[in-house]
Amino acid sequence: MSSRLQSVLLPVTIVVASTVALLFAVGSNPWDPIRLIIEGSIGWPPFEAGTAAKVGDTVMVWVPIALASAGLIVTFRAGMWNIGIEGQIIMGAIAASWVARTISAPRPLRVFLTIAAGAVGGLLWGLLVGILRTVGGVNEIFGGLGLDFVAVSVATYLVIGPWRRSGVASTSGTDVFADAALLPSLEGSRLSPLMVAITLAAIFGVWLLFRGTLYGLRLKAVGANRPSAFLLGIPTNRFLLGAFMICGALAGIAGTSQATGFHFKLIPAISGNYGFLAILVVLLARFRAFWVIPISFFFAMIAVGASQLDLRLDLSSTLGGVLQGTLVLSAMFGLGWAAYRARKRAEGTAVGSEEATV
Amino acid sequence: MGLELREIHKHYGPVRANDGVSLTVEQGTLHGLLGENGAGKSTLMKVLSGFHSADSGEIMLDGKPIKLASPDDAIAAGIGMLHQDPLVFLPFSTIDNFVLGSPGGQRLDRKRAAVEFDELCERYGFNLDASTPARLLTVGERQQLEIVRLLWLGAKVLILDEPTTGISADQRSKLFTTLKALAKEGMSVIFVSHKLEEVADLCERVTVMTRGKVVGEVEMPVPPERLVRMMFGQVVEARARSAVDLGQPQLRLSGVRAASGLLSEDTVSIDIGAGEVIGLAGMEGSGQDTFLRMCCGMRAPKEGTVEVAGHNLTGKHYRDFLAAKMKYLPAGRLEEGLIKGLTITEHFVLAGGDKSFIIDWTAARDRAVRQVDHFTIKGTEASTAESLSGGNQQRLLLAMLPPQLSVLLMEHPTRGLDIESADWVWEQLLQRREEGTSIVFASADLDELLRYSDRILVFFSGRVIGELKTAQTTVDEVGLLIGGRRREASP
Amino acid sequence: MSGFLTALADMFDTATIASIVAGASGLLFATVGETVSEKAGVINLSVDGSMMLAALAGFVVAFETGNVWLGFPAAAAVGVVAALIIAFGNIRLSLNQVAVGFVLFALCTALSRFLGSGYVGRQPVAVPAWDVPALSSIPFFGPVLFSHNIVVYLSLITVIVTYLFIYRTRAGLELQGVGERPEAAHARGIPVNKLRYFYTALGGALIGIGGAAFTLDVKVGWSDRPTLNFGWIVLAIVIFGGWHPLRAAFGVLLFGALQAFALNLQPEFPGLSQVLPSLPFPAMILALVVVNWKTLLNWLDRYPWLRAILRSDPPTAIGTRFEVS
Repeated sequence: MSSRLQSVLLPVTIVVASTVALLFAVGSNPWDPIRLIIEGSIGWPPFEAGTAAKVGDTVMVWVPIALASAGLIVTFRAGMWNIGIEGQIIMGAIAASWVARTISAPRPLRVFLTIAAGAVGGLLWGLLVGILRTVGGVNEIFGGLGLDFVAVSVATYLVIGPWRRSGVASTSGTDVFADAALLPSLEGSRLSPLMVAITLAAIFGVWLLFRGTLYGLRLKAVGANRPSAFLLGIPTNRFLLGAFMICGALAGIAGTSQATGFHFKLIPAISGNYGFLAILVVLLARFRAFWVIPISFFFAMIAVGASQLDLRLDLSSTLGGVLQGTLVLSAMFGLGWAAYRARKRAEGTAVGSEEATV
Repeated sequence: MGLELREIHKHYGPVRANDGVSLTVEQGTLHGLLGENGAGKSTLMKVLSGFHSADSGEIMLDGKPIKLASPDDAIAAGIGMLHQDPLVFLPFSTIDNFVLGSPGGQRLDRKRAAVEFDELCERYGFNLDASTPARLLTVGERQQLEIVRLLWLGAKVLILDEPTTGISADQRSKLFTTLKALAKEGMSVIFVSHKLEEVADLCERVTVMTRGKVVGEVEMPVPPERLVRMMFGQVVEARARSAVDLGQPQLRLSGVRAASGLLSEDTVSIDIGAGEVIGLAGMEGSGQDTFLRMCCGMRAPKEGTVEVAGHNLTGKHYRDFLAAKMKYLPAGRLEEGLIKGLTITEHFVLAGGDKSFIIDWTAARDRAVRQVDHFTIKGTEASTAESLSGGNQQRLLLAMLPPQLSVLLMEHPTRGLDIESADWVWEQLLQRREEGTSIVFASADLDELLRYSDRILVFFSGRVIGELKTAQTTVDEVGLLIGGRRREASP
Repeated sequence: MSGFLTALADMFDTATIASIVAGASGLLFATVGETVSEKAGVINLSVDGSMMLAALAGFVVAFETGNVWLGFPAAAAVGVVAALIIAFGNIRLSLNQVAVGFVLFALCTALSRFLGSGYVGRQPVAVPAWDVPALSSIPFFGPVLFSHNIVVYLSLITVIVTYLFIYRTRAGLELQGVGERPEAAHARGIPVNKLRYFYTALGGALIGIGGAAFTLDVKVGWSDRPTLNFGWIVLAIVIFGGWHPLRAAFGVLLFGALQAFALNLQPEFPGLSQVLPSLPFPAMILALVVVNWKTLLNWLDRYPWLRAILRSDPPTAIGTRFEVS
């Protein structure tokens, strides 16, 4: 029991301590930036009247981070480093934009189609990473990284080429989509209840996948020990591809949300680097689905709220990124160090212990 | 140089790999170190070559104690080790392998090194080209490369760990000639092997190890039977066993041959009836592994057919073999069998027949608790695989087997287990046999082979060289065959 | 079409080639640095971030002291620290190299933006031009190779020296051995992990110097994320270059040529200059596919010279840990 407590307390302590230390180090009263970040993202006091637009933005930043994180849990559990997540978000956004630009239908159908298209776009791009890995033997880190950049190029090409804004070609984005193609949102805010529901459902689904389904258990087995999984009769390659497809689909929906729920158009940097941010989230959450909800919300708050720092304190808004990076790195090394100490202790007492594995 | 090891102790956790081993090797002799896998030979040689440091004990070279904290120390002391899988760098050229790790200035003078390399090769009759990439060399040539390298570094004691695995008969005889010549020149050679015949051919003295201890030392030549007895202890002759009516053949191999490597020279044919137990004897790496993998579809044979329970499954996928109720349990329990990090309950779910998408954890846990109890696994349903001891891992693996198997293939069913677990394992297997499962198992334990098999297939350097009916054979006959000597006349 | 041909013809212009060489110094240093690190078996995935942070350090030190040369050791120091964090995390704490490298990438990128925000738009002293006496007046080769500055010369020299070091010296052979088969290196008395620390740090220093070459020479000054994505390109070129410094250098120059070409084509095909820079990535994927393509490899074995040109074998033990048991 104490080890379980430690596995929660230790990272939390490290996170709080490193945040405070960092803020002291940049020479400010640590409370000021924290309050500003909260104020900038959800208002101060939180959720007071008139902060709907702010909160809406924060939630709509949380959506893609959380969706991508949920997907990444699946690939990480399968033992894969899906750095291609950025590309999967972008391809989802591109596919959703294509539907948003070309298909006219009643709004519910049109929204459904953009989301479905986004999922398929991300899924196919994820599948490509998986195929390169299982058939081509290309390490998923480098294959995924390569496909990230290819996706950025495709987006850029579309924005300044075939889908350029009427009249001018500029990297600032395509024309804004027709209203009927956009995600329905609350009045005076970007917040799309539909997307929030999808995100929560996705997180719950991933939790359920590994908590209660045979598919999830088999995926975990493939990730933990491929030869053993194979001997148990699990088609390991098919499961790896499955993991990439699930992750890609969720990332693609994240891309849809970015395109039709946040920017309302396709821009070259449509992913907002949220895929990479999600990798940090998942590393900090240590692959546990429900932890993704608060951690990615925290990261979204930092991302949105940090913009206040420029205006109100003489601090760069990029402090947010520093904070996120410091958190994850210190948690990683803190836990690594604890594990190292534990190993050392175990080695010291191994001789003479009866229950050790033979 | 005379070498003396005194009271070497080396423990890994509770495992006593070397338990007070003493060994003296006279200068200029070929000294054999004989023992089964896991007897502690490799550990002893790793201590001697500086890879591991001993927990206690002394090493004396020419009467002076030396300290071997790293391979560096061993090389400096003149002790060179040739590993079973020669530790060469495959993408590098032969000459780069030759000079890597040698002392000298920063400038790599490959030409000059090549001259010395060629001289050494010529002297020992090796036909190696300095510029060939090492990956194109055969295992035997890689060994030759390592030998000249170690000689060049000034080795005075040469340790060879199972050097004849994977090399041709030609290369073996050349190796032996070389070793004899080196011993004549004053080199002390330690030849580590589990192959009786080779040790008998080559060595002047032989030390036999079992279970981390030296059990005897003899001046050669002695009859091989004596060595067998030293290695395996007193073997109880096959006891009377309950006869089981053999049913229809469950596994039929007809003219099966591997595409390359072991078992690629001759074909193998055998019919294994329901309820029959077949033991695979032979020194490790003689082809048993290839045989088992061809039986279960993990390796497709180049020719011949494999039938399981009446279905021709030649060339079919492993999962089709599973569907025909065949199971394969390799030796590495945590590497190829169980999954680290998953609990016993999760293992049962993965292995279980219940394929419903949603797992009923309450039922699964109940089943796991029952199984843990029934198979007397020391652990709870929430224990992870790696937290179990070897015996309990084996219990878990057997507990995970589906009922009514047609064929069960196993490697070393009782290796590393205490006697109680080992007996329990066989109780389970024999019960399966009563139910009509054909059991094929590889083992390095002669006693186990003779006690439980109906028939024994003996493997020797990639071929099946004998098929014996257990009831009509003796331990000596099996021992001789394992060493590669065919029966003189069949009875 | 005529525009295309003109642009192509312009590529063979002496001035264009000289500008490609002049602009390559940063990538050359960093690519060689990453190659050295990976040769020893350690993937420094932080390059895109650590190079940028090092670029900032170099810029700030040069800017504040007014001495451009002090910028380079400062940048190298930042690169070394980042590299050592990865090496320590992996070797001592058995953390995943890729995980630490990735997080470090994110942190260093953010740090460089944060700490550099006050410097955006400032101009430091730049590396002064210096023509090599006599050699610079050789036709063609003079302007292309010998009419730049010390940093450019050093980047080219570094490539050649690293090549000679890796393939012609005993220490270089040991470096390869450590990344290729650490247990065999250990058996030969080579201190595997010590060398891994050393070469990862050395690689980090070169990556850092590469960063400084950007802010003090190639694109003088500090802007928000001045080396954005160049680190990832470095990783791609290392693979494309088959872990060989000369081939990697060729890859860098090819990449530079590609950029120049895209720029030339800008009037004809607007947007190409945004798309073409990602070409190293498909090239990298292709190189990796070739590495794993058994049939092709078997066929290549029959033509050793072709194999030597096309094949790129990653160091076998790349990304793995070695522990003396």
